[in-house]
Amino acid sequence: MSSIYFARNPRVAARNLGGEMMIMSGRDSTLFTLNKTATVLWQSADGKTPLDDIVNSKICVEFDVPPVDALQDATDLVRDLANHDILIVSDSPIGEPSRGSR
Amino acid sequence: MLTTEIQSLGIVIEIGAMPVQVNSESPDFLAMLRERYAGYIGSSKDPEITFDVQLGESRFPETDDSVQVTCKDGCWTFQRGDFRAEWKPSKRRGVIRQSANPYSIDAVLRIVHSLTLVKNGGFLLHSASAIRNGRAFLFSGVSEAGKTTISRLAPSDVTLLTDEISYVRKQENVYMAHGTPFTGELAKLGENVTAPVAALYFLSKGLENRIDPLSAGEATRLLLSNQLFFAEDEHLVRQVFDSAFEFVSRVPVFRLTFFPDARVWELIR
Repeated sequence: MSSIYFARNPRVAARNLGGEMMIMSGRDSTLFTLNKTATVLWQSADGKTPLDDIVNSKICVEFDVPPVDALQDATDLVRDLANHDILIVSDSPIGEPSRGSR
Repeated sequence: MLTTEIQSLGIVIEIGAMPVQVNSESPDFLAMLRERYAGYIGSSKDPEITFDVQLGESRFPETDDSVQVTCKDGCWTFQRGDFRAEWKPSKRRGVIRQSANPYSIDAVLRIVHSLTLVKNGGFLLHSASAIRNGRAFLFSGVSEAGKTTISRLAPSDVTLLTDEISYVRKQENVYMAHGTPFTGELAKLGENVTAPVAALYFLSKGLENRIDPLSAGEATRLLLSNQLFFAEDEHLVRQVFDSAFEFVSRVPVFRLTFFPDARVWELIR
């Protein structure tokens, strides 16, 4: 499986409130609240670190889940967030610096 | 006298202390608006916005019944199946094309006010609102949550601002609730008065009357979910988002569970 790189879409507004990440789409003002796993992915979305590295170093450690299951779930989640224009996904590192999170 | 004739073909509708002049060649249409917005007819000679209403088609077949609000090159376009409007803020002028009905222009006014409020940290909210003892209280929720019910139950010392759409303007770091003519089931215009917002309640019907605190996250999420905002504009969306967080940091927000009788107002003081 090739690596997945992902970055925050700069066209969303985002804030972390008490550990809960709230995100509003700049496209249609839809509001999203990320769960803990998705929040970790959002905070790690630098466009340069591949998803499998993030899963191994953060998701598996923080949530105590097997790497294979965690990677599959994380891949589905990243693609879902990309479908909502929350994340930008690529099969190569994403050069543009991300912004939008506080 | 020509000047007098021209002046008679416009009225000023003043909601939230923002005068909007509406011009039309039809005296009957203006008379209908004068009746529709009774209590909100102003006399400003310097309106913030002037709309020329061109009466004509009742339907625009290429547009569906959802509201579309877009901005290009400084010109806003609002459209729905029953109207089309353009507004250039830099010129403070706009044009509305619709049939002679009060509903289309009402939608345009809601959109315009939602856009202008956002720029100053305010908003329109799906909520009833009322003034008691000089302080304003907002009661928000989805349809059937109880906005109209709590408005109907208000005792005589309460001044109703609206049973459907609340108008919140930020003035010198104070959130002020204004009356609106935007009505719900009660079909009664709110009083055109204003007071500082003391609290926001999210309504829930139950078997008892009680007030529970909401976390900042829950309060912000509910506030954003119940705001009226139509524009597909990244910059404004960010302002709406930030304004909601600021409002929640300054104004107490609660969940109000209520049994639908007048005793609920014993909690609102």
